[in-house]
Amino acid sequence: MNAPTYAPIRTTSVDQMGLEARADELGSRSIKTSSKRAALHLAVRCIDLTTLEGADTPGKVASLCRKATRPDATNPGIPPVAAVCVYPEMVAHAASAVAGTGVAVASVAGAFPSGLSDLDVRTDDIRCAVADGADEIDIVLNRSAFLSGDLSTVHDEVAASKEACGDAHLKVILETGELGGYEPVRRASMLAMAAGADFIKTSTGKIPKAATPAMALCMAEAIREYAHQTGRAVGFKAAGGIRTSKQAWHYLVLMGETLGPEWLTPDRFRLGASSLLNDILLQLGRLDSGRYGGPDYVTLD
Amino acid sequence: MGGHLPVNKTFKLFIGGAFPRSESGHTFQLRSDDGRLLANAARASRKDLREAVRAARSAQAGWAGRTAYNRGQVLYRVAEMLDARRDEFVAVLRDGGRSDESARNEVEQAVDRWVWYAGWADKVHQVLGTVNPVAGPFFNFTYPEPTGVVVQAVPDDPPLLGLASRLAPAIVTGNTSVVLAGEAAALVAMSLAEVLTTSDVPGGVVNILTGDRAGLLPWALGHLDVNAVDLSGAPADLPDEALADAAENVKRLVHGDATAASPSVIAQFLEMKTVWHPIGR
Amino acid sequence: MADPKSDDPTPEFGLDYAPAPESTAVVSLADEYGLFIGGEFVEPRSGRTFDTINPATEERLATVAEGDADDVDRAVAAARTAFEDHWSDTPGSVRARYLYRIARQLQERSREFAVLETMDGGKPIRESRDVDLPLVAAHFFHHAGWADKLEYAFPNRDVAPHGVVGQIVPWNFPLLMAAWKLAPALACGNTVVLKPAETTPLTALLLAEVLRDVDLPPGVVNIVTGAGETGAALVEHRDIDKLAFTGSTGVGKQIQRSAAVRRLPLTLELGGKAANVVFEDAAIDQAVEGVINGIYFNQGHVCCAGSRLLVQESITDDFVERLKARMTRLRVGDPLDKNTDVGAINSAEQLARITALVESGVAEGAVLHQAPCDLPPKGFWFTPSVFTGVQQSQRIAREEIFGPVLAVQTFRTPEEAVEKANNSPYGLSAGVWTEKGSKILWMAERLRAGVIWTNSFNEFDAASPFGGYKESGFGREGGLQGLGAYVRDAEGQA
Repeated sequence: MNAPTYAPIRTTSVDQMGLEARADELGSRSIKTSSKRAALHLAVRCIDLTTLEGADTPGKVASLCRKATRPDATNPGIPPVAAVCVYPEMVAHAASAVAGTGVAVASVAGAFPSGLSDLDVRTDDIRCAVADGADEIDIVLNRSAFLSGDLSTVHDEVAASKEACGDAHLKVILETGELGGYEPVRRASMLAMAAGADFIKTSTGKIPKAATPAMALCMAEAIREYAHQTGRAVGFKAAGGIRTSKQAWHYLVLMGETLGPEWLTPDRFRLGASSLLNDILLQLGRLDSGRYGGPDYVTLD
Repeated sequence: MGGHLPVNKTFKLFIGGAFPRSESGHTFQLRSDDGRLLANAARASRKDLREAVRAARSAQAGWAGRTAYNRGQVLYRVAEMLDARRDEFVAVLRDGGRSDESARNEVEQAVDRWVWYAGWADKVHQVLGTVNPVAGPFFNFTYPEPTGVVVQAVPDDPPLLGLASRLAPAIVTGNTSVVLAGEAAALVAMSLAEVLTTSDVPGGVVNILTGDRAGLLPWALGHLDVNAVDLSGAPADLPDEALADAAENVKRLVHGDATAASPSVIAQFLEMKTVWHPIGR
Repeated sequence: MADPKSDDPTPEFGLDYAPAPESTAVVSLADEYGLFIGGEFVEPRSGRTFDTINPATEERLATVAEGDADDVDRAVAAARTAFEDHWSDTPGSVRARYLYRIARQLQERSREFAVLETMDGGKPIRESRDVDLPLVAAHFFHHAGWADKLEYAFPNRDVAPHGVVGQIVPWNFPLLMAAWKLAPALACGNTVVLKPAETTPLTALLLAEVLRDVDLPPGVVNIVTGAGETGAALVEHRDIDKLAFTGSTGVGKQIQRSAAVRRLPLTLELGGKAANVVFEDAAIDQAVEGVINGIYFNQGHVCCAGSRLLVQESITDDFVERLKARMTRLRVGDPLDKNTDVGAINSAEQLARITALVESGVAEGAVLHQAPCDLPPKGFWFTPSVFTGVQQSQRIAREEIFGPVLAVQTFRTPEEAVEKANNSPYGLSAGVWTEKGSKILWMAERLRAGVIWTNSFNEFDAASPFGGYKESGFGREGGLQGLGAYVRDAEGQA
């Protein structure tokens, strides 16, 4: 097993009121127009363009990959996204579609979105996805074990998943909406990082309680704490319900203010989203043309 | 007197639960309305005041730290002991020139006043405190706390009821008091000291200085470890400079009626503390 | 994983928020302001005026009348007439309507007031917009509701207004402090002579316009601008029935001296040197934010500022390191910029006072750390600062600095924290940071201060009483307890 060596991790309490007040405050930062383009480009570069539907087909994935590598066919200046995020069954299709473009393939795995199957089944799921060409694996934390207090199982499963990933990067989804508040999210964050997660991620997008800026702040503070204690930088991925440029901007500010500008790269920050990209394209279009656009002027992929 | 000479008392001061002589060594005579010598009393000096404030300060946290229920019982005990010595106080008041009826009346009212304030001990918070509906995720509440050490220039008249009406509302919430009794009220005040010392009132909670009230008040007003001064019995000709000196530590100046009975009087010796606590998970 | 940095054509993006100035076009300033007496702006009898400047630019904003004793006398007379003629007989329900109207007008014009407050005083627009103005409107709205319910506020008492109330407010929250004073006074049926601070008179004068617009009867509120001499004339005036003052403890003591002799009802809200106590079991990240907010809110021009950080020794190094890291993210500069965290120091005089105290801290051996930031070339500025290695005996641990300067001390046990926190002549506020509920209440019970913020700091509300113990003053503002300062027992009552 390839678990990282670590000193016992200290964790701290989280106060809801103070956390939410700070997250709100960071939502009111204004950005100058000249920085706006850079911010929107950065947001694009950090997107995990996602399709996680039972109805996904190779055709749908091909279309998504095209969008990922060339978000705006009319404007080559717009950078590609960080990755496409798909189910394991779609990984091979995605891998061939984005080959050579710099866009990575991320796959959910490990009995996503519940994670409630035998650990061997889950690690096999991961190994298959990696074998098919996935660069990044998104798994869910075992909330069942976490909520029943079996923290060592949670830890060991993440460590086993990390081992199954091989060279692929591991993102651990906490599914924050199911953990019961900021305090357990902070603990779960520390646990996932200590077990070897390369990224910690808010949500699956499969339950109504999606990512919130305050939850992101809570996790960013945990990442800061972990880096402070161990020297290892772990990335953060917000997912679920992120649809507007304004939301993306809020997350960027939150990361930059909490973790510093060195976290403002796709290596350490991701936005899991599908419709967000089009909203950003509309905003960029407005910056270029000076007029407001409309949904007919971006492609629905 | 049947050949029996009365044994006159020599009253000392009441400081920290003990009865020391004045460090000044000065005394004055207390005489009845018709000129009989009743007792000698100590004329407190400013150094006695200093000692009394020190005793009051060191007793304050402990007294305030008692439960309200307990303080209520202690005050009620004062009423019991006063009531038990009713005849003695009637005699003292009659020596001051009062009719028997008037004296009995006053003693009864004084007992009532102690009983009444005893009952306030565990109700003040509910009447004067609040829970405040602030516009945010907070549990926010305001409750009274004792001001601390109070110096009280108590009224000369009526001596026993006036003393009860000022002292009881000051100490019931956990303040400690230094009572400055003028010559006219000295005998009553020192007799009350004997009641207090047998009533479970912890030493230092009430301290009584007799003698030159007008001379001691400026020292009290200027004392930086005194939180409030009750001027209800202060002489009208108190020098402006003495009053102004209270500002040196932003002292609370309390004006009041000699015999009023109201939670408003209790409130004059209180601070309001507001606590904000966030509501969250 | 793809390397996103290679051959990336887009410009590097940092957190360069940038000038996002609030437009000043919303404010229409007159060039000169008279005194607001008897419902109109009048020339001062003194014949004197002074300029009020923008402390961020040192540019003149307007010229304002400086009232003298004669002017104060005229204002008190107007207030007396209004009280005797009609206001004392005006039903509470009608007084309530005026207060509601004022609240609504302030909400509608809040942008204008916020911008003007920031221009005249130097505070960040984020604060004047998000804190001051909402609280101002809330204060009038809250007290409006009391005006016709006084018999329920003071059961078993027959209360009456004092009459004419003199009110003196400071420069750190100019309009908010005016609201804290005016709203309960009017709700209880008093008339007022208000003196705004010398460096920040403009929002009070704009408020005068609002009072006129809502048809508040002439003389109910009179506003006399000026400096110390004007304030002294108001304090000394023989036809004032009650005084309320917010400001420095030094001036407060002078006022108490005067009022004590006259046995004049008085409330004082004075200085502070609040301890912000952080235990090792606190929610550390929120505690860091709370400490930052506690001291740098409004440039530390806050009487209840958490200017003494008491941190448990076991976490001191770690906590101070986090604090310093957080300080690097403070944005100091143009107060009108919506991204600014720390604005301009209110006046050259205050800047000199802060500078002198900080120099004393260095001279006494404390270690000074300052946030890395560029200060604008014009205007009055002070870099957010932290002193470590502070001893209880040093001036920076005892005296109110009233600026963005934090003194860090340590403690070992809760008992020691209480002892150090209370070891001050002040007692306005205190903060406690721990996740242990029973310890919070244990601390709250022992801290000798009028406002205790637990796991929070610098929160205010119209319904929440505010005011101090000891040399921080007496009387409360806000809530039921604050209302009580503006009534007396009616004649013949106990």
